[in-house]
Amino acid sequence: MQLSETVSSGFFFLAPWLVFAPLTGLLINLIFSKQFKFSENTVGTIASLASGAAFVISALLAYSVSAGHGEAVSVPFAQWIHIGTLQLDWTFRVDSLSTTMMLVVSGVGTLIHVYAIGYMHEDVRFKHEEGRFNRFFIFLNLFIAAMMILVSGDSYMMLFVGWEGVGLCSFLLIGFWFEMDTLARPSWANSNAAKKAFITNRVGDFGFLLAGFLMFWHLGSFQFDAVFKAAPAIAESAPWVIVAITLFMLVGVAGKSAQIPLYIWLPDAMAGPTPVSALIHAATMVTAGVYLVTRSAPLFSLVPQAQYIVAMVGAGTALFAATIAVGQYDIKKVLAYSTISQLGFMVAAVGMGAYVAGMFHLMTHAFFKALLFLSAGSVILGLERGHHAHAHHAAHDDSKSKKKKEGKHALSKVEGKKEEEHGHDDHGEVRRVEPVETFDPGDMRNMGGLRKTMPVTFWLYMIGTLALAGIFPFAGFWSKDEILLDASLHFPSVYGQLVLAAFLTAFYMGRQVWMVFFGEARTDAAKHAQESPKVMTVPLMVLAALSILGGALNLPFEGFHNLTHWLGHTLGEVEGLPLDLKVAGISTVLALTAILVSWLIYGRNPLKAGQIDPLKKPLGFIFTGMENKWFVDEGYFALIINPFKQVSQFLADVIDWRFWHDFVHETVILGTYNWLSGVALNEYADQKGIDAFANWLGDATQWLSANMRKVQNGFVRSYALSVMLGVVLILGYLILK
Amino acid sequence: MVPVDYYIALSALLFVLGALGVLIRRNPLIVFMSVELMLNAANLAFVAFSSVFKTFNGQIFVFFVIAVAAAEVAVGLALIVEIFKSRKNINIDELNSLKG
Repeated sequence: MQLSETVSSGFFFLAPWLVFAPLTGLLINLIFSKQFKFSENTVGTIASLASGAAFVISALLAYSVSAGHGEAVSVPFAQWIHIGTLQLDWTFRVDSLSTTMMLVVSGVGTLIHVYAIGYMHEDVRFKHEEGRFNRFFIFLNLFIAAMMILVSGDSYMMLFVGWEGVGLCSFLLIGFWFEMDTLARPSWANSNAAKKAFITNRVGDFGFLLAGFLMFWHLGSFQFDAVFKAAPAIAESAPWVIVAITLFMLVGVAGKSAQIPLYIWLPDAMAGPTPVSALIHAATMVTAGVYLVTRSAPLFSLVPQAQYIVAMVGAGTALFAATIAVGQYDIKKVLAYSTISQLGFMVAAVGMGAYVAGMFHLMTHAFFKALLFLSAGSVILGLERGHHAHAHHAAHDDSKSKKKKEGKHALSKVEGKKEEEHGHDDHGEVRRVEPVETFDPGDMRNMGGLRKTMPVTFWLYMIGTLALAGIFPFAGFWSKDEILLDASLHFPSVYGQLVLAAFLTAFYMGRQVWMVFFGEARTDAAKHAQESPKVMTVPLMVLAALSILGGALNLPFEGFHNLTHWLGHTLGEVEGLPLDLKVAGISTVLALTAILVSWLIYGRNPLKAGQIDPLKKPLGFIFTGMENKWFVDEGYFALIINPFKQVSQFLADVIDWRFWHDFVHETVILGTYNWLSGVALNEYADQKGIDAFANWLGDATQWLSANMRKVQNGFVRSYALSVMLGVVLILGYLILK
Repeated sequence: MVPVDYYIALSALLFVLGALGVLIRRNPLIVFMSVELMLNAANLAFVAFSSVFKTFNGQIFVFFVIAVAAAEVAVGLALIVEIFKSRKNINIDELNSLKG
């Protein structure tokens, strides 16, 4: 795996444009959109083209790598930090692994850009903030740029730069509607979700940084190849170093890829607009942790203990998150926990050393989870449209609009700015139609029967669901099976957890589909739901095609295993495992059983409006636990956040205020200063020293002048005598000297 | 020829007389006369040495002294006249309003 420095051949010189293409789009939209009054389509097209350019470049780079027989190429771009032995450069690493990530990020990213043109067009109108359309695409392009830095970095530090960049974009986009909650009521809920994501990720980043520092201290570099070269010797002499590095890295992975115990931010991150959930919090950013472990394969392979921990964390997360997903009512929350669960699959895979399987699942998951999220966004908007159409018809109903106003009044206390909205909702003016009431278009209990009203979305959602559930021959089947097969061969405990998680996956997805698309509409909004426009559904169709065919990337048959060979250039050649009918059979049977069970519970007798979940009764407290996310957030509050607040309170009140302020500052320092200035300096130094001297000078001058004035008596003759005597004295001195 | 020592002695005598006059007398006119006496004592010494050293320097200097003395007397007498006009008295012991 020697790096060849020949950049001249192939398209490698284009590598920096991976980052600069999206940045260009960003800058154009940032600088010119106001001045030239870009329409929304223009803004969206520019952003999509910028992202599409990154995709084209990724494809060219992948082609160049394959033309060069998988040789890794590093493209030096800029010097960054050179201090002593620390040599940090911004170098692009182009090999089969990074190009794979680039293709996924820019490909899915571009589709989501296109989708977002349609989605944000309506979203900004429902939220009465048309001006934010441009901002959204600026953030989205910034994200693509940051993600490209992450996957194309040649060293852990460049990777970290991207890592932080995507974290920032995640924060910005989760808090995109920062002054409201997910139901557009004035509140800080969304910005709190953004902060939660940022702060939780900070914990992970702390682990990443410690791993980086250890790496530099013991292995002497941040650069991938140098680190991997130095690692085996250190693993011999001081294995704990590698263990510590990998485990600290796992902390970073847990933060970014939402693994136990730091996954808690991802469900809240659904506060962001749905394209963000799809792009950042399902398809790309959250897989950065999986990429990190895969990239660090040479390190992890040295320490089986750490690998085992990684695999267990992944498997535990997969199962744990899957149980929570079963008890959620919000369509996006179900998908969020599903994402955590699927990330658990990937982390478990890379933890077991099945890097290709992990990357394979990463890719297919990017396809079908982006599809699912975007379809969910389509569902939500469809419901919102239905709700508005219906609200518009009902607007003349006196009692109803009065009720709305009352509801708004209570809320408007939260934010006076919304006052102005009063009384405008009678005439269907687009900006003011929206009644700020508690209709939740994302709550699956408000849906039902959307199969008929939103047929396109329904079929797309079905494809995504089947892919996620792992039904043959959809993409998810192949990738999940590869992970399960690896686990069954080496890690029976991981295998058990993952199989159970796969069962639950099929179950909660079945539950979701029955609840959302089948049965009868449970609300007027669902009854009047409208299909989304082409700009949204066409990208979904592409993703759906990928979700169906994505498995072809790495078919487990003799002569295929394309991804295995491709990534083998970077990760070292491994034997592609053949399809194991037993493992595949078990998982397929389980998935089908799960769907059947979900049909028995949710499909056969569709949920009625206002009915509680039919699982609640038989499962009792278990379902309450699932519904409430096993009270993990509450647990964090009780165990960490509240004690932390108390400690902060203690530090602020007792240590800072009473000790530092009252005692140290007020008593000791101020007292000493007062004594110094009042007594030592004032009384002694100033009054008795400087003052006394100045006074003495004055007194002496007065005394002297009082005596001297006697000489000046006004008698000319005495003056003349003085002159005379003076002359005599001077002459006498001159003569006698 | 009279030796120069005598001129010097006479000059010193005149100077001492003049100085004593300045210091002792209270009438400013007399004081002026005494000042003139001292100036002329100096003039005498100048011309005496001038003839000894056979140069004109001393004699030229004497002219200057006489000119300055004339100017001084002119100013001084004018002052005295003015003082007398305002105070009806020119006793210098009573002209002490500038004392400290």
